[in-house]
Amino acid sequence: MAPIKECSTIAEKSHGETDDVTTSGIGYSNLTLQPEDSIFRLFGEFMADSSPDAINLSIGAYRGNDGKPWVLPVVKKAKEILLRDPQANHEYLPLEGLTSFNEAAAKLILGENSPAILEKRYAAVQTVSGTGANRIAAEFFAKFRPSATVYITNPTWGNHKKIFMAAGLPIIEYEYWNPKTRSINHAQVLATLKTALPGSIFLLHACAHNPTGLDPTHRQWQEIADIMESRNLNPFFDCAYQGFASGDLDTDAWAVRYFVVRGFNVICAQSFSKNFGLYAERTGCLVGIFGDEEVARMAKSQFAYLLRCSISHAPGFGANIVDIVFKNEALVREWKENLKEMSTRISQMREKVVQLLVELKTPGDWSHITSQIGMFSYTGLTMPQVAAIKMKFHVYMTDEGRASMAGLNEKNVENFAKAVDWVVRNA
Amino acid sequence: MSTSATNRTLAISQHLSGNATAVSVFEAVENLPLDPIFALSAAYVADADSNKINLGIGAYRDNDGKPWVLPVVRQVEQSLLNDKSLNHEYLAIDGLRTFTDASAKMILGSESIAVKEKRFLGVQQISGTGAVRLGSDFLFKINKNATVYISDPTWGNHLQIFGDSGFTVKTYKYWNAATRGLAFDEFLESLKNAPLGSIFVLHACAHNPTGVDPTHEQWKQIAAVIKERKHFPFFDCAYQGFASGSLAQDAWAVRYFVESGFEIFVAQSYSKNFGLYSERCGCLTVVTSTEQQAINVRSQLCRLNRSSISNPPAYGARIVNAVLNDPTLFTEWEENLRTMAHRIIKMRSECVRHLTDLKTPGSWDHITSQIGMFSYTGLTKAQVKVIKEKFHVYMTDNGRISMAGLNEGNVKRFAEAVDYVVRNA
Repeated sequence: MAPIKECSTIAEKSHGETDDVTTSGIGYSNLTLQPEDSIFRLFGEFMADSSPDAINLSIGAYRGNDGKPWVLPVVKKAKEILLRDPQANHEYLPLEGLTSFNEAAAKLILGENSPAILEKRYAAVQTVSGTGANRIAAEFFAKFRPSATVYITNPTWGNHKKIFMAAGLPIIEYEYWNPKTRSINHAQVLATLKTALPGSIFLLHACAHNPTGLDPTHRQWQEIADIMESRNLNPFFDCAYQGFASGDLDTDAWAVRYFVVRGFNVICAQSFSKNFGLYAERTGCLVGIFGDEEVARMAKSQFAYLLRCSISHAPGFGANIVDIVFKNEALVREWKENLKEMSTRISQMREKVVQLLVELKTPGDWSHITSQIGMFSYTGLTMPQVAAIKMKFHVYMTDEGRASMAGLNEKNVENFAKAVDWVVRNA
Repeated sequence: MSTSATNRTLAISQHLSGNATAVSVFEAVENLPLDPIFALSAAYVADADSNKINLGIGAYRDNDGKPWVLPVVRQVEQSLLNDKSLNHEYLAIDGLRTFTDASAKMILGSESIAVKEKRFLGVQQISGTGAVRLGSDFLFKINKNATVYISDPTWGNHLQIFGDSGFTVKTYKYWNAATRGLAFDEFLESLKNAPLGSIFVLHACAHNPTGVDPTHEQWKQIAAVIKERKHFPFFDCAYQGFASGSLAQDAWAVRYFVESGFEIFVAQSYSKNFGLYSERCGCLTVVTSTEQQAINVRSQLCRLNRSSISNPPAYGARIVNAVLNDPTLFTEWEENLRTMAHRIIKMRSECVRHLTDLKTPGSWDHITSQIGMFSYTGLTKAQVKVIKEKFHVYMTDNGRISMAGLNEGNVKRFAEAVDYVVRNA
């Protein structure tokens, strides 16, 4: 089946590095061409690939079994409700964004009976999806903890480093992925925690770690929390997959909630890109937990200031959609079904891949593909293998071997497994 | 450093060094006062008086005092909903290309030399705020020692945006309180005295908050000094079409600069002219000297976008995109624009008519010579306070009113309130 190609979302191909051109104007003469963001470049390559068997496993966006983007049925319903509403308009929101959305988003991640909610010691503001939430948090840290180091896993989402560097924060990367065992290097995680200076900030993935798909067990989270508590380390959670990872909202929120109950002043960035399929509408929330209601209020005013001088306020449409769903029990139930459909399809693809690789007797242990969770699998393929699988089999994944499982479906999973088998043996 | 600031810093360092007696790192977090515009709005909402008039926020209102979703916008929203081929997949980092191309051409003119020579680009951002911020961050990267000059007065957020990027921000004289017009000579003086290569933030049309725009002749003189002093013109364009009702007329200054050979930035907002305030639709349009520079600049702006928003929101951009690229919808939009612009112009003349009838002391012609959403009435802070407390008329402390808040039902009452405070407060 020919892959569906959406032309409206391609970033232009880079024209390559260029010589400086002198000008008497603003000073563009020293300006060089910024290389294109690698994910978007890879996507561009896929779009340019004319092979009918091309498989796109690069961008982290959900695809149905037909290989097409999937607008959630509950989102379609919410859009109709929104458009039919005679009171609806496009008036400015407050700086914090849509208030009812923020409250619902906070309850979603924290649980409505969270001590932070009951004691009103949280601040929630609407952001430009997860990226925007990360950036506002980074700017907030830069302002109030200017000498704190931010610890990020190696590997992590490609944009984390860029965001925190843009805010001017020092970064230390620590090993998270053990390539030999294809599992979390938990000993290294704990060792890093033990050497971090008090006051350091640890960027943690709430669930479905991007790109490895490997999450700590509850027990491992406890060990992490123990050290963080004794050494005064601060947790910053990035939560892009609540509900999308396991299919269950509470399961995916366990780590964040645990840290809150343990008494940490958690800061959490939430994205609704994947779990609502609202990618382009940039729907997100930044939730901060503080010692008391008063500090939370002050922190919120600081968040609002950072929003004011960057975006004024976040876009209304996506937040309105989510808000409509959250206000309606039947729609919430439908949303949960849509979530289960997405996460189940992905788990089935994981199982199928492993089953096929076992049948092919592909060298190596592939069980990590089923023990990993969420959108991505860190396949363990090497860079040469990734290059070969692209050249020979038109399978697109990032250089580090990260494959978006959502790109697999019943029609292409066999070809994928055969391609993996070939490159493992030959490249 | 003050004692309290010293204490806070000590608290933070104690915390960071592990001498944690549970001193909160947020000890240093001060409560920021509510943004004044939003605070004014909150006060208005809380006011129970049935005759209250909101002249605070700069959002268009119809003659019933209600928000107005443009008919062309409603129509397009319905089409988008019905379009089965659409989804919510990520846009490119620089946004929807057909939108940004059309947006850039709308301000520059499709016959612009910059367009013909392909030395322009548009990058989608979070409305005007985001476009200004993106431009500011970029300029800071390539020239952090430049001084940014913003008009005195200007939109309240300019100082915050450029300041937060890291720039030293100064002002250039703009408003002449005595004439209630442009302080033109002082404006030119500021241009001449600013260090070579400064960044000047110019309002493309409908200056916010004064409503006073330079004449064409004045713009020519301004441009001449900018050229001489090698300053960089950064236009903020939030009202194209909304100001006069004519897209071309409102773009005159920007186009003049481009035809004169300048490299410029224009931060474009679709909040007012499309009534899409909350959908945050904007574009940073750039004119460079060469085609390659445009390519280079685009790539650098993409890098900045990636670490702030990743990619911009689709909904508002799709609406504007549909209209700008369809002749029938475009014509309908121009009618909607004229509806808004003309209603405001009418309110200006009604206001002056009533003040004249009342023989209110002072000259009030500035209200009709000013253009766009706002008028700098010239009311003093004391008068603003009384007009709020006695007449429940809400405007910002600087005497700025949003003309869109006036309508046939309240304009006479407004004039009477002004008359009272001018005579008594």
